[in-house]
Amino acid sequence: MGKILLEMRNITKTFPGVKALDNVCFQVEEGEIHALVGENGAGKSTLMNVLSGIYPHGTYTGDIIYDGQVCRFSTIKDSERLGIVIIHQELALVPEMTIGENMYLGNECGHRFAINWNQTYSEADKYLRMVGLEESSKVQVKTIGTGKQQLVEIAKALAKKARLLILDEPTSSLNEEDSRALLDLMLSFKKQGMTMIIITHKLNEVAYVADKITVLRDGATIETIDNHGPEPVSEERIIRGMVGREMTNRFPRRENVPIGDVRMEVSHWTVHHPLYPERKVVDDVSMYVRQGEVVGIYGLMGAGRTELAMSIFGKSYGVNFSGELRLDGKPVRMHRSEADAIRHRIAYVTEDRKGNGLVLSQSIKVNTSLANLGAISSHTVIDGDREYAVAEEYREKLKIKTPSVEQLVGNLSGGNQQKVLLAKWMFAEPDILLLDEPTRGIDVGAKYEIYCIINDLAAAGKCVVLISSELPEVLGMSDRIYIMNEARIVAEMRAEDATQENIMTAILRSGREAL
Amino acid sequence: MSTKTIANQNPRDRVSDFLQKYKVGAFFQKYTMTIALVAVTIGFSLWPGYEGRILLPSNITALIQENAYVFVLATGMLLCILTGGNIDLSVGSVVCFTAAIGCVMMAAGAHMLLAVLVMLLIGLGIGAFQGFWIAKIRVPAFIATLAGMYAFRGFSNVVLNGYRVDISNQSFLQLFGSGKTSYVPDFIRDIFPGLNEVFTKENTSLASFIGENFVTKFNVTCMCIGLVAVIAYIVIKVRKILVQKKLGISQSIPGQIIAMVLISALVLWMSFQLSCNRGLPMMLIWIALVLGVYAYITTKTAIGRHLYAVGGNEKATALSGIKTRNVYWFAYANIGLLAGLAGILTAGRAKGIDPVYGEGYEMDAIAACFIGGASAYGGTGKVSGMIIGALLMGVINKGMAIVGVDANYQKVVKGIVLLIAVMFDVLSKRQKR
Repeated sequence: MGKILLEMRNITKTFPGVKALDNVCFQVEEGEIHALVGENGAGKSTLMNVLSGIYPHGTYTGDIIYDGQVCRFSTIKDSERLGIVIIHQELALVPEMTIGENMYLGNECGHRFAINWNQTYSEADKYLRMVGLEESSKVQVKTIGTGKQQLVEIAKALAKKARLLILDEPTSSLNEEDSRALLDLMLSFKKQGMTMIIITHKLNEVAYVADKITVLRDGATIETIDNHGPEPVSEERIIRGMVGREMTNRFPRRENVPIGDVRMEVSHWTVHHPLYPERKVVDDVSMYVRQGEVVGIYGLMGAGRTELAMSIFGKSYGVNFSGELRLDGKPVRMHRSEADAIRHRIAYVTEDRKGNGLVLSQSIKVNTSLANLGAISSHTVIDGDREYAVAEEYREKLKIKTPSVEQLVGNLSGGNQQKVLLAKWMFAEPDILLLDEPTRGIDVGAKYEIYCIINDLAAAGKCVVLISSELPEVLGMSDRIYIMNEARIVAEMRAEDATQENIMTAILRSGREAL
Repeated sequence: MSTKTIANQNPRDRVSDFLQKYKVGAFFQKYTMTIALVAVTIGFSLWPGYEGRILLPSNITALIQENAYVFVLATGMLLCILTGGNIDLSVGSVVCFTAAIGCVMMAAGAHMLLAVLVMLLIGLGIGAFQGFWIAKIRVPAFIATLAGMYAFRGFSNVVLNGYRVDISNQSFLQLFGSGKTSYVPDFIRDIFPGLNEVFTKENTSLASFIGENFVTKFNVTCMCIGLVAVIAYIVIKVRKILVQKKLGISQSIPGQIIAMVLISALVLWMSFQLSCNRGLPMMLIWIALVLGVYAYITTKTAIGRHLYAVGGNEKATALSGIKTRNVYWFAYANIGLLAGLAGILTAGRAKGIDPVYGEGYEMDAIAACFIGGASAYGGTGKVSGMIIGALLMGVINKGMAIVGVDANYQKVVKGIVLLIAVMFDVLSKRQKR
């Protein structure tokens, strides 16, 4: 057994009205990768904020013992001085500044009134090479992709002489390829003796990199699982700890719904990038959805799935459209208008619920009715009582956990926000629902409930297009699966024929053909 | 030692239990500015040497007439701020420009109604024009309206040739001014002349109730309008509470009843005071009309909902099938229209227009919105809050003028009030996290 680098002992942290952490004990050995998992609201981020000094000493009880010393951090600077560096989920880079400027922001080289730019950029370049980035540190951050930005964050942490690196959901905005590269980078750092804590929802990543896994539930440590066995820890094993019960079936069974006629069909659908019109973001896509069917669209990040869905939804993304959209067999000439799409009973449930989906400063009620205000108003005057009744109805139907529909959406958890977003689009009474990553960033229990809603929609005769980058989800939920890669549909499979292997093969094969 | 800490904590716990149970913190957070308004009013009315002066009927009337433009402009400004913290800097200049056109027209002998119509249309036109740049071309609102602020100040000077133009049209002054004639006439007394026999100093019980100085002039119509308004308000409110109860909407019913009683009492007291002093000023009718219409628009209509939604999350609103550009356009065309109305009221009150009138009006309107709790990022804010904000500023101005504070210091105090108000807002939002 190695030396214990960090021990957090009996940490208790209360917010007004809630006990966020309850006697949490947590040990990290030197040179290991320790995964911290748990449902949303289990207290992972709170624990790391206590560790890094965001919640200063005195606002919690318990001890932090780091490198044999009891520590009392009152700011982030204090913990960073000892080499504890946290990389937050949301990237904290200033897009307009260069990589080098970002890396040394608040930690400038040279004198406070005379920054040494030569030293800044040469040092920055050195760290960029360590994380495997070829970019010059004089490049503006906004010109590089999210995957590379994440690497810049890590380089920034290295520049702070990190000994204990904490990564909060580092791969949540990365595609599969970049995620893998990042995890491999973590493994190579481990070989050099770095200690890391990774917080993540993606359990396959946990099994891949972690030496130990600590499970938090409702602000308490449930268990620490050792991942040194011959077989990697199974996801079911981790989930059992997280939800406190065995999830024998992660996807609800669907009753055998008779699948009807083709409701929506696109053929030779091509869309160009709004800023670089010569680039195709959707390339000659043909697909259809039948009544009562759940059609999965799987593809890696950047494959063009969101672009496809948004371009169908009232041409709300892209330029220079070509191809044909048919609803119930009749060609539809849709204008560049979301209202037009809603009128044709198409709904697009965005992947970015906070950015594009919900008005966080407004109540559940207001959000529920927003896409279909006409239905609750006469002569543009809103009937407040009817609106309330509608919101109540959906709150019950979708089991949104809230004291009242007057609650602000910004105060809800991710899973409940997602349900409000679904409620909003279900109230718009669509026939065709384009669901873009409907379970992103929500916990296992809420995911199951969302799956049930999807099944209910299909059973009610709606057409559901389920876009997802989680393979098991697509496999578990769909009747039929389209696989997208590089703006094109590269394969179509019936659910019975699809497996993880042949989907990945289809993607790889199409990539090779393109070369 | 442990027993000691427990003993120490207990009373504190009890206090915090009490605070939690009756939601004292939430109450203060929600009604900070209302409480401040009451406190400031009481403070001025207890000011040594000037006791009760600010609550005199004539001062209340003056408070309304002097701040009419703030209420009207702040209503328009609130709609712009709702769309995302956008402000309109041009309103002061537009007020002056529309008033200038109207005054010149009336001086040339045009009919009063024609002048009013033209003033409103020009305001609307200017608003729509600025809205075009903001909504369609996407010029930042701050810059587009800054340009308007310079341009229309210049145009006002051109129209007025640099000189003041007076209004001699009596019917205009009667409708939109604040002179002796600009009150709703006491037609109830005219219809029932017998009332003149009742309201006399000899009728001692009534005279002692109303006050000897006021009883003969007491405006019965004004008091009746106040009574009718209160009764209508109570009926609507009670129906609303009953519907809430039926639907099981959880809102504190005692709280709503207390608020209803307080507001009714305030309105009755106001109408009584106004009745003692010439009656209902025409200005108040215009203000009430604007506030009523826009309170309705913001809370009950689809376009009102769109304003809040755009300010809260523009992308989500667009994806909900709402044309966000038209929402911006509406907000700016609307503030132009209201600037036209404010121009009418300003000209009416000043009995003419001077090329420098309206300077700084935009800032008063913006300050009223922010003091009234509108978010500088858009998406939140209410007409009722804005009314409190405008009243607070008005009372402070009036109060300081009564007790004789130097005009320059009045500005300092205004600045401090704005800063403190927004600080409260920011702090209360931070606590929630």
